[in-house]
Amino acid sequence: MEIVLALGIGVFTGSGVWLILRPRTFQVIIGLSLLSYAVNLFIIAMGRLRTEAAPVLAMKGVGDPAQFADPLPQALVLTAIVISFATTALFLVVLLVARGLTGTDHVDGREPES
Amino acid sequence: MSGFATHLIVAPVLLPLVAGAIMLAMGGERHRTLNAAINVVATFALVGISIVLLRAADVAPGGVAGVYRLSDWPAPFAIVLVADRLAAIMLLLASLLAAASVVFSLARWHRMGVLFHPLFQFLLMGINGAFLTGDLFNLFVFFEVLLAASYGLALHASGTPRVAAGLHYIAINLAASLLFLIGVSLIYGVAGTLNMADLASRIPAIRAEDRPFLEAGAGILGIAFLVKAGMWPLCFWLPSTYSAAPPPVASLFAILTKVGVYIVLRLWLLLFGVEAGASAWFGGELLLAGGLATIAFGAIGSLASQGMARLASFSVLVSSGTVLAAIGMGQVGVTGGAIFYLVSSTLGLAAFYLLIELVERGREPGADVLAVTRELYGEEGEEEDELDEAEEVGIAIPVTMGVLGIGFLACALVISGLPPLSGFVAKFALMTAALNSQPGAVWTGAWIFLAVLILSGLAALIAMVRAGISAFWASPDRVVPRVRLIEIAPVAVLLLLCAIQTIQAGPIMRYMQATAQSLHAPHDYIRGVLGAEGAGGQERRGRI
Repeated sequence: MEIVLALGIGVFTGSGVWLILRPRTFQVIIGLSLLSYAVNLFIIAMGRLRTEAAPVLAMKGVGDPAQFADPLPQALVLTAIVISFATTALFLVVLLVARGLTGTDHVDGREPES
Repeated sequence: MSGFATHLIVAPVLLPLVAGAIMLAMGGERHRTLNAAINVVATFALVGISIVLLRAADVAPGGVAGVYRLSDWPAPFAIVLVADRLAAIMLLLASLLAAASVVFSLARWHRMGVLFHPLFQFLLMGINGAFLTGDLFNLFVFFEVLLAASYGLALHASGTPRVAAGLHYIAINLAASLLFLIGVSLIYGVAGTLNMADLASRIPAIRAEDRPFLEAGAGILGIAFLVKAGMWPLCFWLPSTYSAAPPPVASLFAILTKVGVYIVLRLWLLLFGVEAGASAWFGGELLLAGGLATIAFGAIGSLASQGMARLASFSVLVSSGTVLAAIGMGQVGVTGGAIFYLVSSTLGLAAFYLLIELVERGREPGADVLAVTRELYGEEGEEEDELDEAEEVGIAIPVTMGVLGIGFLACALVISGLPPLSGFVAKFALMTAALNSQPGAVWTGAWIFLAVLILSGLAALIAMVRAGISAFWASPDRVVPRVRLIEIAPVAVLLLLCAIQTIQAGPIMRYMQATAQSLHAPHDYIRGVLGAEGAGGQERRGRI
């Protein structure tokens, strides 16, 4: 499982970095989304990978923390997902405005002179 | 602080949130006058609250005015807000800039786009939260609030240049936020806590094989902050964004780079101070070298810039570079001087951004570019019709131009660090502290710092004088800009604050030095956050 997760994070990050360095705004936004997936998976990994463990304590009593998954990274990931979703939506709006105002989807607002 | 006063610590976050929410609920643009009134009242209330917190932090033992535990959960497990001296200084600075720019915006800028006032309050909420929070992830959330509001404000009044610059600004900040998350989660993975004070008490006990991960996490986190602080080579987005932003917004943005600087100041000295064991002063040389490179880049940029707004933006870089380099020296005295310089230069730059708009109002766009080009090609005599001396004697300088000229002069003095204003006191304090930091021979780094500081002052002076000559000594038939009192008053107040900082330099410097001392020896901060059991932080075993 570790190797699959590590590969997944690596592929997402690699594609994301490549895409945000591309000159078209749409590529940049997809790159940012892929990077945020990679980061979300990474945060989960930092809470240690556990299978079949509940993230919250038992109903009665304190229970043994070793039997549960770490709930904090999951809370962090939820926040991070919401925030990156919102900022990506905002970026999308700015992207469309820039496309409308400049008439090109180049990130600099003008086509490079070739 | 006790009783009601304790709740004052959360007020700088709650007040803007409530004010902004009320404005949105009222339906934004239909009640612009009412919105403006709420904005002004809330912003001025923030100034008052910050002053109370500043005083409370000064008299409190250890300089921590209070620790506010949200929902009253015990400290390492839940989020805390901490108001100490540094946080109080930054809060006051932010609210003063906000007050100046909100008054300035009332003249015309707030009508140029939608939702100016709510966004303004949300920006303040993010800034204040970032200054107060004692928790790394909460810091991320406040950063995002601040950035989301700043995206909206940077695009206020729209226009192609703003949208093009805003696109870069948003993309870079989104990428930096992702780095921020990677850094935070790496640190959590190693240390098992996100509370800054708890983290500081755990770092000395971290095992040697986990240390590279901690340092990598801190490094990545540092890059995210340094992008915001505008350290070279992470600063190329800054000049175009800041010079394209609407003036009242740009003036408030002068504090945004300082948020990044503040976090470096707070976290680096807290986590990697003397007591961090093997990780002590991790990355200090890099901060010093990067800061010096930023000063050089900013100075060269300001000499090369053709418009005043760009000149101001490069001065922002010089200012944050100076503070970063001074922090990187890791000396108590230098840090104290750096905080004094931070306040002085931020006030000066904010006033300058507001002033630029007033000066540029009467000129056709691109006048500066023409002036510089003319100088380059030596065609000065051809275009300007020189007046005879006899004719020139009779021309009165319009009062507006006189006032703007004096304001410009004061800004130039503060930014370049010449006497008699606070810029000089700040630079003098930095240099004396750098020279006296170690007994015996002066360290080479201190000499380089000194030389770069003096040269950057010279570069700023040349650039400002050149811009001033082309703006104020132009041919007399130029249109005199119409300036209203509520536009010039904020500039005057900001500059007056610089003057007060000069006259009261003694007590203010004492406050800054006390701040620096508690930053370099953060026992009181850690004890304040973690309470009595915090002393046993080392005994509590880490997660790993």
